Amino acid sequence: MSSTIIQVRDLRKVFRVGQVDVPALRGVDLNVTSGEFLSIVGPSGSGKSTLFHIIGGLTPPTSGEVHVNGRNLAAMTDAARTELRKRSVGFVFQKFNLLPNLTARDNIAVARYLAGVDRKPDPQFEDILRLLGIQNRLDHKPNALSGGEQQRVAIARAIVKNPAILLADEPTGNLDTENSKSVLEILRDLNQRLGQTILMITHNPEAATYGHNTVHMRDGRIVERT
Amino acid sequence: MTGKLVQENLKHRPMRSLLSILLIGVPVTLILSLVGLTKGMLEDSQQRQRGVGADIIIRGSTASSVINFAGASIPQNVVNLVEKLPHVKLATGVINHSIDPPLVVTGVDISEFTRMSGGFEYLKGGPIQHPGEILIDESFAKQRDAGIGSTIKLLNHDWRVAGIIGGGKLARIVLPLKVLQELDESTGKVSQIYVKVDDASAIGVVVKEIRELLPNYTVNTMEEWISAFKVSNIPGIREFTVVVIAIGVVIGFSVVCLSMYMAVLQRTREIGILKSLGASKGFILGIILAEAELLGVGGTILGIVFSFGAYWLIRTLVPASIPMIIVPGWWPIAGVITLIGTGLGALYPGLTAAAHDPIEALAYE
Repeated sequence: MSSTIIQVRDLRKVFRVGQVDVPALRGVDLNVTSGEFLSIVGPSGSGKSTLFHIIGGLTPPTSGEVHVNGRNLAAMTDAARTELRKRSVGFVFQKFNLLPNLTARDNIAVARYLAGVDRKPDPQFEDILRLLGIQNRLDHKPNALSGGEQQRVAIARAIVKNPAILLADEPTGNLDTENSKSVLEILRDLNQRLGQTILMITHNPEAATYGHNTVHMRDGRIVERT
Repeated sequence: MTGKLVQENLKHRPMRSLLSILLIGVPVTLILSLVGLTKGMLEDSQQRQRGVGADIIIRGSTASSVINFAGASIPQNVVNLVEKLPHVKLATGVINHSIDPPLVVTGVDISEFTRMSGGFEYLKGGPIQHPGEILIDESFAKQRDAGIGSTIKLLNHDWRVAGIIGGGKLARIVLPLKVLQELDESTGKVSQIYVKVDDASAIGVVVKEIRELLPNYTVNTMEEWISAFKVSNIPGIREFTVVVIAIGVVIGFSVVCLSMYMAVLQRTREIGILKSLGASKGFILGIILAEAELLGVGGTILGIVFSFGAYWLIRTLVPASIPMIIVPGWWPIAGVITLIGTGLGALYPGLTAAAHDPIEALAYE
């Protein structure tokens, strides 16, 4: 039986904009089991990205509880959240967010270095590169790679440290149909072959079907789970 | 990996990196050139005093500094008094006339000076034979582009160059003692007296006797005199050096602060990416500081290279006035000073980068 890897209870997040408090999350409850591929959909401003950022340890919650891999993020210091990002969470962004000065290989190496796993040989790594189809593109810098290739490098960078959770924020948002399909299939492969837990934010209903389950958000709340 | 990130960041904006290195290198050049000038002048003076071959020097009562362009204040008959003392083999007075500090024309009794020092080494030409002739050393000849038979104007007179002498013996520009005394309206007076004794072990005794005989004059062994050629004995030079160093630190600080601040702004998104990968504040700060220190090392190396350029320029244009030398011992000192300046300059941009909110940084366009 799969264990719960993400547990969210009455999660609230309020942003201060000028003199005004703007609630982004208004009491979210969510459970994600280990090995689950969960799609999160919803219109702009529904709180998807804020939920994503809190679970990924990029920002603290205003109130509520968030347990990721057994650790309560609400009680974490900034340094502890950094540690979480370093070892337990991998990010894939819509805009790829590769370091432009480094080659694809070095972009991946940075993540291994920061996670402290760069000294250990990773027998899975070559398999992952083959799976992603980028083994011949590793010595190129991002500006010499296509959008699809950049996103595949970003996925490699995210999973190279064997994170407990892979968070993908609109991973196909900047890709054409063919590359979108390819990236989504890669994510599904990672989930099926390696048991990688994946949370994917998407606007695209078709992309959302790649997940086992889909969570619908609106106005800072989860309104439906299918 | 940190090294790779730092290296690639610097390579990514080569013009910014090169300009930063250039601007850091300029104050390093200033520091090294100033030190080279000061030490060069002192060592040159030491060498020329040593070349006199005397054991004791008698200076006027007002002489307090090693750089003393005071006129002649010692009556020349003092030379005769000193010569009568036991163990004194020879005494000779010389007169100095400052023309363009630190350049000095020295009036010398050539025959006495030859007995004391072994005489000048004539690289070209020979001794003064006629009135209106002058001896100059090779550095001054180069500076004035003068050769044997050339006419040079000094002390409102035209002089024919009779001989070009090797450096390292007393003076760069030499006139007969009496000629310079007349021109200086100091007939019968000298600026200092050099004394040679017949037995080196008697130097201390002779110094004591001269001090008793001439209580109003400053009497030193040549070793004491030569060892007094130190930066601390030149009024203001230490303070001036400190000011130049402070300017160097401020320039290094400002250049790096501006350069790294711009770099942090330009790389806000990259900082956000690193933070999303789990880079700590210390790691981000470390990268910024390492970049700045690498610029500082580059600036130091460039400053050292430029100091050779300054050395060549000075040696070519004014070798007699400014006998600059290269002082390798100051390279690490200038490096440390630069690294302190650049490190301090990178601290604020580095702390700013480390404090970036990762979400805002990732959203930065």
